[in-house]
Amino acid sequence: MASYPDPRSATLPALRLAQERHGWLSPEALRETAEGLGETPAYCQAVASFYDMFHLHPVGRHAIEVCTNLACALVGAQQVLEAFEAELGIRAGETTEDGEVTLRAIECAGGCGRATVVVVDHRYREPVRPEDVAGIVGELRAQS
Amino acid sequence: MPRASVVLADADERDLTKLDEYRAVGGYGALRSALALEPEQIIAELTGANLRGRGGAGFPMGRKASLIAKDSPKPTYLVVNADESEPGAFKDREIMLRTPHRLIEGCLITAHAIGSTSVFVYIRGEYLTEFEVLRTALEEVRQADLLGGVTIVLHRGAGAYICGEETALLDSLEGKRGLPRPRPPFPPVTGLYASPTQINNVQTIATVPKILELGSKEFAKLGVKTSPGTAVFSLSGNVVNPGNYELELGTPLRELIYDIGGGIPNGRAIKAIIPGGSSVPVLTPDQLDTPLDYNSIQAAGSFFGSAAVMVIDDRCCMVQLALRAAQFYMHESCGKCTPCREGTRWLVQLLEKIEDGRATHSDLDLLLSVCDRILGKSLCALGDFAVYPVSSYMAKFRDEFEAHVEQGGCPFAGESSIEGIVAPVELHERKSLSGSVDG
Repeated sequence: MASYPDPRSATLPALRLAQERHGWLSPEALRETAEGLGETPAYCQAVASFYDMFHLHPVGRHAIEVCTNLACALVGAQQVLEAFEAELGIRAGETTEDGEVTLRAIECAGGCGRATVVVVDHRYREPVRPEDVAGIVGELRAQS
Repeated sequence: MPRASVVLADADERDLTKLDEYRAVGGYGALRSALALEPEQIIAELTGANLRGRGGAGFPMGRKASLIAKDSPKPTYLVVNADESEPGAFKDREIMLRTPHRLIEGCLITAHAIGSTSVFVYIRGEYLTEFEVLRTALEEVRQADLLGGVTIVLHRGAGAYICGEETALLDSLEGKRGLPRPRPPFPPVTGLYASPTQINNVQTIATVPKILELGSKEFAKLGVKTSPGTAVFSLSGNVVNPGNYELELGTPLRELIYDIGGGIPNGRAIKAIIPGGSSVPVLTPDQLDTPLDYNSIQAAGSFFGSAAVMVIDDRCCMVQLALRAAQFYMHESCGKCTPCREGTRWLVQLLEKIEDGRATHSDLDLLLSVCDRILGKSLCALGDFAVYPVSSYMAKFRDEFEAHVEQGGCPFAGESSIEGIVAPVELHERKSLSGSVDG
């Protein structure tokens, strides 16, 4: 908060920290964040709900995010997404039953020159082809 | 046109993420020279170089700096827009990853030029590695005592395309939902914390050291007269060698796609080219000789945008492409202005109807009518960005849209290169239906 002339500017960093600690922005996480900032929990929830990277519902311990925007779509992102769906046994937007992996389709991640971009736990893998999918899921399963 | 290096200069030969290496190629020399100059002299250099903003709008940087309110009792801020999110663009990411010190040096020079001691770099939340590289570089600069009393704060976004729009970025940086603001007042007068604020794109700022190093006259010899300098072109889509290429402005589109990009894979034919990111009107193969600079692309009916060139081969259904673009803008519309919030949903629903073969000819006219009702009617350009792909695909590929109506379905019959592509906004719909899916 010391980095900013107005402490409210620390809202995004504070929400990020809370999410890292709790796994998602639960009501408890929002209350904690609000107390730290001197804002209301409702304010924190209103801000969090605007941004894609904040989760107001529980998510898996790991995140696999497949870009399906134009550049990735043109070179086969859908096939990559479907390979993950088949490997994980879930559809895009869902979490595996053991709570380990959430699979999402995301908008342009800024890796169009090495499409298809897949973001695994916030780290970019590019390019990913359908044949790489089993290996990526295997890596995550090995960490569990 | 020769390849030219300004922002990526020496990055192939050396690891410019390290301060020593950057200094070995003259790094931070421009800052030393700049600090010996009066702010007005630096602004005169930037104006003389006619450096146009590389973020998308192309506003001359020197003029922007000259608009900063001088008589304000409040502090002046410099904000760097590193929220690169335009579909097709990945140039700022490369600059941050490979030449972070050039960006930092540009920040320090620009801060001096506008009389600011406080810089915020708003970096896209997804760019975690880029943030870490910048943070490490900044720490080196701090330890080497090069900051000269200026603070640079790296502020991470959290996933919202709209925050690349400069006033939405300011709201987001103030800890709010990222909603665009009405203008006037403009940021040079009332920006961050209602104080005078200069906002520039990463590449614009990273070009500043070279302008000081070469001098504006020498810099202005690069590129073309109306748009001097270089741009890092992000080449993507159906092309053999996609990637970032720094070229002089004015390089013909054909040269980028064929000579540098290696042409279209598998000997396919080129169908369409998006020259500046998904938000700009599409070009067709007969326009391949268009020089890639602001005025020439505008004369060809499109925009320079963020220099993101996307190549589309003949396997792609343009209705599907328009739908996928429209789904993106619907997902990213912040909801503040009705024409954009409601209009983007209309675009998606009409395009779905056309693609599914449920549309009539009057739906095509309705689609264009919705475009008219969005264009120019919102606080920021996002609504316009949603319209340009749809209206330009319609203008240039109208027969393809009509074929969907006449055949009662997609003429590609499942063979389009982007057949079945799932958009994030559809997953939100799934969630609202079943209640079981997290968006």
